[in-house]
Parts: sequence; C-alpha cells; structure tokens
Amino acid sequence: MSRGGLLLFQLLVALVFFGLWQLLATVPIFGHTVLPPFFFSTPVNVFNRIFKWLIEGTIWRHLLVTLTESVLAFVIGSLSGALIGFWFARQQTVAAIFDPYVKMMNALPRVVLAPIFALWLGLGIWSKVALGITLVFFVVFFNVYQGVKEASTTLLDNARMLGMSERQLLRHVYWPSALSWMFSSLHTSVGFAVVGAVVGEYLGSAAGLGYLIQQAEGVFDVAGVFAGMIVLAMFVVAIDLLVTKVENRLLVWRPNANERGS
Amino acid sequence: MVDKAKPTAVALDDATVAFRLADARVYTAVEQVRLRIEHGEFVAIVGPTGCGKSTLLNVAAGLLRPSSGTVRIFDSPLAGLNRQAGYLFQADALFPWKTAIDNVAIGLEVSGVPRAHALERAQAWLTSVGLAAFGNRYPHMLSGGQRKRVGLAQVLIRDPKILLMDEPFGPLDAQTRQIMGNLLLQLWTADRKAVLFVTHDLEEAIALADRVVIMSAGPRARIIGDWRVPLSRPRDISEVRMEEDFHALHREIWSVLKDEVMKGYAQSSQAPVEAA
Repeated sequence: MSRGGLLLFQLLVALVFFGLWQLLATVPIFGHTVLPPFFFSTPVNVFNRIFKWLIEGTIWRHLLVTLTESVLAFVIGSLSGALIGFWFARQQTVAAIFDPYVKMMNALPRVVLAPIFALWLGLGIWSKVALGITLVFFVVFFNVYQGVKEASTTLLDNARMLGMSERQLLRHVYWPSALSWMFSSLHTSVGFAVVGAVVGEYLGSAAGLGYLIQQAEGVFDVAGVFAGMIVLAMFVVAIDLLVTKVENRLLVWRPNANERGS
Repeated sequence: MVDKAKPTAVALDDATVAFRLADARVYTAVEQVRLRIEHGEFVAIVGPTGCGKSTLLNVAAGLLRPSSGTVRIFDSPLAGLNRQAGYLFQADALFPWKTAIDNVAIGLEVSGVPRAHALERAQAWLTSVGLAAFGNRYPHMLSGGQRKRVGLAQVLIRDPKILLMDEPFGPLDAQTRQIMGNLLLQLWTADRKAVLFVTHDLEEAIALADRVVIMSAGPRARIIGDWRVPLSRPRDISEVRMEEDFHALHREIWSVLKDEVMKGYAQSSQAPVEAA
C-alpha cells in the first residue's frame, strides 16, 4: 500500500471511532443513550476543550514541563544504564555480585517509589525525573549488558588479529555493539520516560499533562480527562516519529533499519 | 617459489589440542600434528568436517594454545597472538557498523597510520579487489562475494607475512568461488606470502595450492598425507581442472580422503567424546 493510502486508512479508523462515539453519546437508541455524556463526554466537547487549551495557551506550559521531565529522565536513565551495563558486562564478577539486587529492583513496580521520590525530591520536576530514570535505566541497562556480552566472537577474533588493543576493541567493537542494542530499545525507553513523567505528575504535582488529567478527574470533568489523554497521545506519537528519524540516521548500517541495498 | 634460505614461516611440532568439556571430560581435537609451511608457500589443508582443520589455524594464529607441542613462527616460538599473520575467517567478520572502505582502513588505523593516509591505501586495496565503487556501502548492502573481497582487502592491507584462511569461500556459489580463487592467486602472485588455506573442497585445494595436506577424521585427528601439486603457475582455476596432472593427483588423494570422509560421517552421528 502506498504511504498516502496507508495514511488515509489510518485517519479513517480515527474518524469511524470518533463518529461512533459522537453518535452513541448524542443519539438515543430506542430511547436509551448508550454512552451518557456525563460519563463519556462527546468528541465535540473533547476537541472543543483541546482547542480552548491551545487558544488560551495553558496547554503549552504543561507540555513543556512533561517534555522536560521526559527528556531528563531519558538522558540520565540511558547514560547511566549504558555505562553501568557496559561495566557489568566487562566485569563479570561485579555483575555476579549485583545480579540478585538488579533482579529485585527491576521486579519492583516503580509506582510504589513515586511517593518516596516526592518525599525526597519535592513536588517539582525532579521527583518525576527520578521515577522516569528508574524505568529507563533497566531497559537500557539490560540491552547494553546483553549487547556487550554477545558481541560476536568472530568479530572479536578478527579485531584482535587486525592488531587491536583492549582499548581499541572497546571503541571499535564493544561500544558500537552495545550502542546498536541500546538504539534497538530506543522506542521502549523513550516511552518509559514519558510514562514515568506522567505517572509522577498524576500522583502529585503542580504542572504537566499528568497533573492536567488528574485535576479533571478530581472534578468529574470527563471531557478534560479525554482531552488530556488525546494531547498526551499526540505528544507520544510526535516523540516516536522523532525517535524513528534519529534511529534511521544512526543505524544506517543495519539491514532492517532501512531498505536493503541492491 | 619456496625459498629455503629463509626461515620456515609456520612450524607446528607434535601439536596436540584438547578441550575440557562441560562435563569435565576431555575432547582431543587434533593430536601430534607436525606441519611446516615454508616462506612463500601455499599450503591447503583438506579433511572431513569436524576434523579440526580450523583448530590448527587457530593454533597458528595464536588464538588457541596447544595443550602440548610447539608453534614456531619464522623460527621464534609463538607467544600470544601471531602478529605476523592475517586471518580471513569463515564467517562474516566485517564490522557491520563500518562502511567497506572504513572496514579496510581500520587495519592500518589501529597501528597508528593517519586516517587520511589509511583511507587512501584502503581505496587502492578496494580497487585491487574490484570494489573501487563500493567504498561507501555497509556490509549488509554487499553480496556474499563482495563481503569476502572486502575481508581479503582488510587482511592484506596490513601486509601480513602469513595468510591464514578458514574455508573463506565456503558459503559462496560455485562461480563466485572460482572468481575469488583466481583473485586470491593473482594477489598472492604479486607478493608471495606463506598461505595456510583450510577447505573441505579437494578440487579447490589442488587448484590453488603448492602442497595439499590431508587430515584424518576427528577426534584425535592427525595429518595422514602430504602431496606436492605438480601444476605450473600462473594458474587459472577453471582451466587447471582440465589438466591430466590435476586428475591424476585428485584420484590419488581422493583414494585416501574418501575413507576419512566416510569415518567422519559415521562419527558425526555419535557423541564425539572420549574418557578423560
């Protein structure tokens, strides 16, 4: 299917969805409204709300806060995850010592940490950043650890036979291999950074998309909740597009990153 | 030609390689191997699958230490990696994140050659393996044969005195193998290195080499035959196969190799393990 055609069908899905929602919320069927507007609002109201936010400009501040938190969580989480993953993979003793603790921490539902972070770091952005880091760190950590450990032995032998020193091996074999694994988890880790930020805001903050949704829920403003969710969804889609662009740029050498050469 | 005045390039004496398996038993891959490769000599090793041909190469490369016996490279004992040797691996060993030209240049860059100069030399090598226009391609954009050419350039740019090749053309189709064989001979003629070429293809071995060495089926594989190839050089791989001398030698070697191949098949269906 052509790109234009695909986009057309993708838009059609949204159109049908919102059309059905509007219909079921406003037109009674056998005297019975399937989606009572008090509980489900209507697409028209939801989009009016989004429009109002955009016109009044209130949404931008919240978006900026969520974006800042997500970016900080992503950058700090991936950097620390990559460095520690790299270190563990090269030092098997260290990895063996910390192994049970890494597993325990990874198994812990991060939501329970949110109040602790709020207590330690206050209700500003840093408690949300911290929550995002705990999510992003493990994704990147495990990928880089795996990537370094599974660097092809043939490639390593070849690099050694070409006369590479340990430092050159790090730079030319281990690091690119780890990076390729890290980038393969880019979509997941960016997604987790946003999840961390929004959940953190939801549980206690004064700004951000999570705060916006939580405020609307507090006053049974269903239109506000859905409007917040749609803005959040748009935000995530935009970030994901950006990640895809970055990925295609950085992983040109990978067979599946773009089209196969002739 | 073989120059007797120069020291022997690779000399294995009584080399035995044993691996300790996970269940603490010992698997002896090759036993008591004595092998000499003279300066400028092209030696092919042929044997049934799983006979430890690659093990011998890894010993000569210094990637594997023999459990007993000695390895001498140009008359000095080998300690650590063999710095005089270039190794063309059976599997793809190009850096997938480097373009073809960077893959070739890296061999010089690691020894401190400035990048601009390394790239210039790499381009020259890409030209001599017939890939002048493919420098900017990543390995996945190249065909199997093209990747082998880049691999060959990557190894040769460092000008090793010894060339170790582990079934380098194994995964290629028949036509590409012939082209690669001729390319290898052409590059080798320009600057005779000592070559140790492992293959399971007897015809390829005879067509390329000065000497063909036959190994028995593993475990405890050993060298069971050593033939000098009486064909003149320069050779063309496809034409040399028509010559009577080629057929005579092929028949002679095959009569020995055949039994080992059958043994190899029989053994590969059992667990290749012996008591420690």
